[in-house]
Amino acid sequence: MRRDYTLYLFAALGTFLIAYIAVPIAVIFLKQASDVEMLVKTLHDPYVIEAIRNSLLTATATALIALLFGVPLGYVLARKDFPGKSAVQALVDVPIVIPHSVVGIMLLVTFSNSILDSYKGIVAAMLFVSAPFTINAARDGFLAVDEKLEAVARTLGASRWRAFLSISLPMAFPSIASGAIMTWARAISEVGAILIVAYYPKTAQVLILEYFNNYGLRASRPIAVIMVSLSLGIFVILRWLVGRKNA
Amino acid sequence: MVLMVEGISKDYREFHLRDVTFSVEKGEHFIILGPSGAGKTVLLEVIAGIIEPDSGRIFLNGEDITDLPPEKRGLAYIPQNYALFPNMSVFDNIAFGLKVRKVPKAEIGRKVRELSEVLGISHLLKRKPKTLSGGEMQRVAIARALAVEPELLLLDEPFANLDVQTRGRLINEMKRWRKELGFTALHVTHSFEEAVSLGDRVGVMLNGRLVQVGPVREVFSRPASEEVAKFLGFENIVEGLAEGRILRANGLVIELPIEASGRIRVGIRPEDIVLSDEPLKSSMRNTFQAEVQADVEELGELGPRTRKAKGRWSGAFSIRYPLFGAGAGA
Repeated sequence: MRRDYTLYLFAALGTFLIAYIAVPIAVIFLKQASDVEMLVKTLHDPYVIEAIRNSLLTATATALIALLFGVPLGYVLARKDFPGKSAVQALVDVPIVIPHSVVGIMLLVTFSNSILDSYKGIVAAMLFVSAPFTINAARDGFLAVDEKLEAVARTLGASRWRAFLSISLPMAFPSIASGAIMTWARAISEVGAILIVAYYPKTAQVLILEYFNNYGLRASRPIAVIMVSLSLGIFVILRWLVGRKNA
Repeated sequence: MVLMVEGISKDYREFHLRDVTFSVEKGEHFIILGPSGAGKTVLLEVIAGIIEPDSGRIFLNGEDITDLPPEKRGLAYIPQNYALFPNMSVFDNIAFGLKVRKVPKAEIGRKVRELSEVLGISHLLKRKPKTLSGGEMQRVAIARALAVEPELLLLDEPFANLDVQTRGRLINEMKRWRKELGFTALHVTHSFEEAVSLGDRVGVMLNGRLVQVGPVREVFSRPASEEVAKFLGFENIVEGLAEGRILRANGLVIELPIEASGRIRVGIRPEDIVLSDEPLKSSMRNTFQAEVQADVEELGELGPRTRKAKGRWSGAFSIRYPLFGAGAGA
């Protein structure tokens, strides 16, 4: 048999990154397994429960808001040419390159007291950094839908709205859904901007940092483990649901 | 007339429609014939209301529909790739226009079954479009279009994506469907076969202009200009002075199939030229002794041989169709 050494080499190099991601996740679980007592204690800590609830709620709200505004925007970007379109496209990707502390400062300077230390502030910070995922996924999803399908639907008597609802939206759904999941995941992993805009109400991300600073690694680790379990669990389940519908 | 297109012009990407004017009669199968890139699809989409024309008007049954959106026009458009809705079953595809019109469920079912019976797709109603063959997709697309009883069916290269055998069969079937279902069709294609076997009238479209419109037989036998003649396959154009059935051109005397007089041009299809070593004893009337030059292109199977043998040949060609009437030409 002919040996494809180039491919083996590439696989070996790629394995490094896979291990680099997988090992810390495994290690934190293993380490925690030897300290079940602390985990149980953390699970009974009302601060922790409250913070996790805040994180889940704000991230979900962020994903919904991103869908509400991002899907129409994605559709326009996919279907219409207009002056300044490339500028709009570039602007959509800007949040990805701005440091998140800077995002926090910008939001605070712009909206000041109306978002300071409130749920609105958390969502505002999350939305800024995570909306691009939904917008881009929606745009790509609609781009993949043959425009002729809409044209035919319209000659058959459907309005543009009806053609959108019955053809384009269902066909782009898998792409939009995975974009929304990415938005949710990015939102729940946001810390930098939230620290500046809304230290309170406390989210799990911020609480982990606070416990780490005040009580050290042993106290913050269980919250981290719970967060990772929840985020990963929900992420995997949603991805599976979308993938199954897609098949 | 059902459709009247008046002076439509449109610049769209690399296509330029220029002052396109024609009309389609009720019950007619009108073919727009042209090479790819002539702007045929753009013209269809302008008529369907998908693309806005730069100028010109479109009338449907006498009513100006130029400014109406596609859903208010009552035309059914079938693009070249058929554009079946992949997220719906065949039944739902065909029923789409009826559902949009809020037709009662029972009637939708009846209509879909009736159409699919005529088109021979009753057994496919539960399937998804991506599981269908090209021929089946075409039938579904036609059923979906006809379900809304459109004034006019717009067909874009409906047979281009089919293999040769399916194409032949479906062209014949389309004649039958037209008899049974009685629709009016505007059909764009680059295929002479489709034009000849389906068309009542044909419009030849070259570089965004509709250069000749007429009954199929007339257009094919009497091209109105040299460019139409070339497009229709008359690649050799000979100019000369005609007198009765005799044409004198460059010292040759050619016998014409009809009488003509004055300066005219005749077109000869390459496939009508027969090459032979000896003068042929056949019904061919025009036989010439000639030398085949080595750089003559496209002689079919004879090509390689003639390229080597730059010798003397006698060629015989018959002129099948006269091109211009007397007096036309330079």
